[in-house]
Order: sequence, then structure tokens, then C-alpha cells
Amino acid sequence: MTVLSEKSGGARAAFTAGALRCAPVALGVLAYGLVFGALAQQAGLSLGETAFMSAIVYSGSAQFVALGLWTLPPPVLALAVATLLVNFRFFLIAATMGRVLKGWPLLRVLAALPWVTDENWAVTMAEGERRHWGAFFLGTGAVLYVTWPTASLLGHALGAVVADPKAWGFDFAFTAVFMTLAVGLARKHRAPLVWLASAAGAFLADRVLAGGPLGASVPVLVGGLAGALAAALRSGDSDAR
Amino acid sequence: MRAEVLLAFLAMAAVSYGIRLAGYLVGGRMHEHPRLRAALDQLPAAILIALVVPIVTRGGPAEWLAAAVVAALAWYVDMLLIPLAAGVVAVVVLRGFL
Repeated sequence: MTVLSEKSGGARAAFTAGALRCAPVALGVLAYGLVFGALAQQAGLSLGETAFMSAIVYSGSAQFVALGLWTLPPPVLALAVATLLVNFRFFLIAATMGRVLKGWPLLRVLAALPWVTDENWAVTMAEGERRHWGAFFLGTGAVLYVTWPTASLLGHALGAVVADPKAWGFDFAFTAVFMTLAVGLARKHRAPLVWLASAAGAFLADRVLAGGPLGASVPVLVGGLAGALAAALRSGDSDAR
Repeated sequence: MRAEVLLAFLAMAAVSYGIRLAGYLVGGRMHEHPRLRAALDQLPAAILIALVVPIVTRGGPAEWLAAAVVAALAWYVDMLLIPLAAGVVAVVVLRGFL
């Protein structure tokens, strides 16, 4: 009995811990949501449509690209293809979620998957394996899932509050978040060959593509796969020894 | 809500969901092989580095210096908010000077 109550209490504590860990990241999401809402209003989306889009598509990078393609009636196929190109990095990101959601029933996994985004995934991975890791992930996801549609709605209603995110350094906020979490992971597990392969892969892919909708995903894919390949080769070496 | 707008959003949502589901399922399969599992274990760090490198290298001296500030702080301080806030302040100040 005590074990049971301890178990659910532990999950709740992990959920709260995840939400708190992700709170600083939510500030960046808030700033970008305000910008997105203002741009959506300029593109002709209604308040309800803007909030609904953020709640159901729930992907900042794909939504910004969609505004660039927006016409009436909307080009559904072009929007779907653009989303595929921009969000393909989620394939790799979701591939790492098995350890986090270990032991979960399939239905709960299916319900949790939409909450996998770059930012709260990164916070979850940086936390590292822990008890109730899945609940921790849900906490990180909940904070951002409340923030993004709310901020989009506010941005639509208020107009361009944050006209130029660059002037406030907000464009650097996610870079700083990802960097901090990468350094945290690197400190726990030293694998310089993996880091080098990943950095080189991402750099080269970015240079070759030089922007465009593919730029959001392909460097991440190439870098991530290069790093993973280096890790696989290295593990093969140590097996041989 | 306009029906064609709703359809566009649903299409985008379905594509995003499909990508995540496919990744999750493939990741589960990879876990069964030791060598692929080693790759999977290093994937988070590799993805994070790959997210950062294009943005920082595309920036100028202000972004490079701010990135160095973030990396140094992140190494010593185990709290997300401090390197984050320092990085944002640093990049604003440095952009004013450089």
C-alpha cells in the first residue's frame, strides 16, 4: 500500500520537477508565440484559427514556414510537404524516446508523442535516466503545451508586442538552451569523436543547403546520424578488444 | 472555423504525428541490437550539437562570443536559467558593440 502511494507520489513529483526545469525555456517559447500570433494575424488567420493551429499543429518552425506559404484556400499539399521537410528531425528525436517512456502502455505512448518537441525533449534528455522519467517528460511537455497556444493567442490579440525578437536577443534563447543542455550531456558522458562527427555533419549540411525549409531539419539529421554512426563504430571497436 | 483552413491544419498535424510515431517505432527496434543501442544512446547529444552548430556558425563575432559565454557557464553551473539569461544578455550587448 505504501509502495503504491509512494509510486504515484513519485510520479507527481517528477512531473512537477519536469515542469519547473522547463519553465525558463517557456519564456523563450512565450516570446516566439507572441511573434507567431502577430504574424498569423497579419496573414489573415482569425484569433480562433491561430490558437487552434498552435494547439493542434504544435510546431513553431513548421507554423512559421506555413505562414510564408499561406493563401486562401490554403495549399494543403504544399503545407503538408513543408511540414514533412521542416519536422523530419522529429524522426530522430522520437527514436530516442523509447528509454524515457519505457514500460508505458501503447495508448499512453501514442497520447504523449505530440508533446515531443525540440525544447522539452532536450530538457528531458539532459535530466538523464531517473525514476518516473516519463512523468518528468510529461511535466516539461505540459508547460510548453500551455505556453505556445496561449502566447499565439495573445500575440494575435495584441499585435506586434515583440516586433523584432533579435533586438531582445530572443533569437539566441533557444540556441543558449540547446547549448547548455548539450554541455550538460557532454559533461556526463565524454565522447569527443561523436561530438566532432555531429558538429562536422551539421556544419557541412548547413553550408550545402544554405537556408530554405530543408535547413531546419537536414543539418540536424545529418549531424545526428553522423554522431550516431561514430558511436556505433566506437562501440564496435571496444567489442573487438 | 473555415473548413479548408481546418483541413490544412489537420494535414500538418497528421504529418508531424506520423514522423514522431515512425521515429518512435524505429527507435524501439534499434534498441534490440547492441551496436545500434550504442548509437541511440549518443543520439541526444549528437542532435543537440547538430541543432546548435548551424545557428552559431551562421552568426557573427557577437554570436560566437555569446556562445562561448553560454558554454563556459553551462560547464560550471548546473542551472538552465543562468547560462540562458547570460547568453541572451551577452548577445544583445555584444551586437551593440561588434
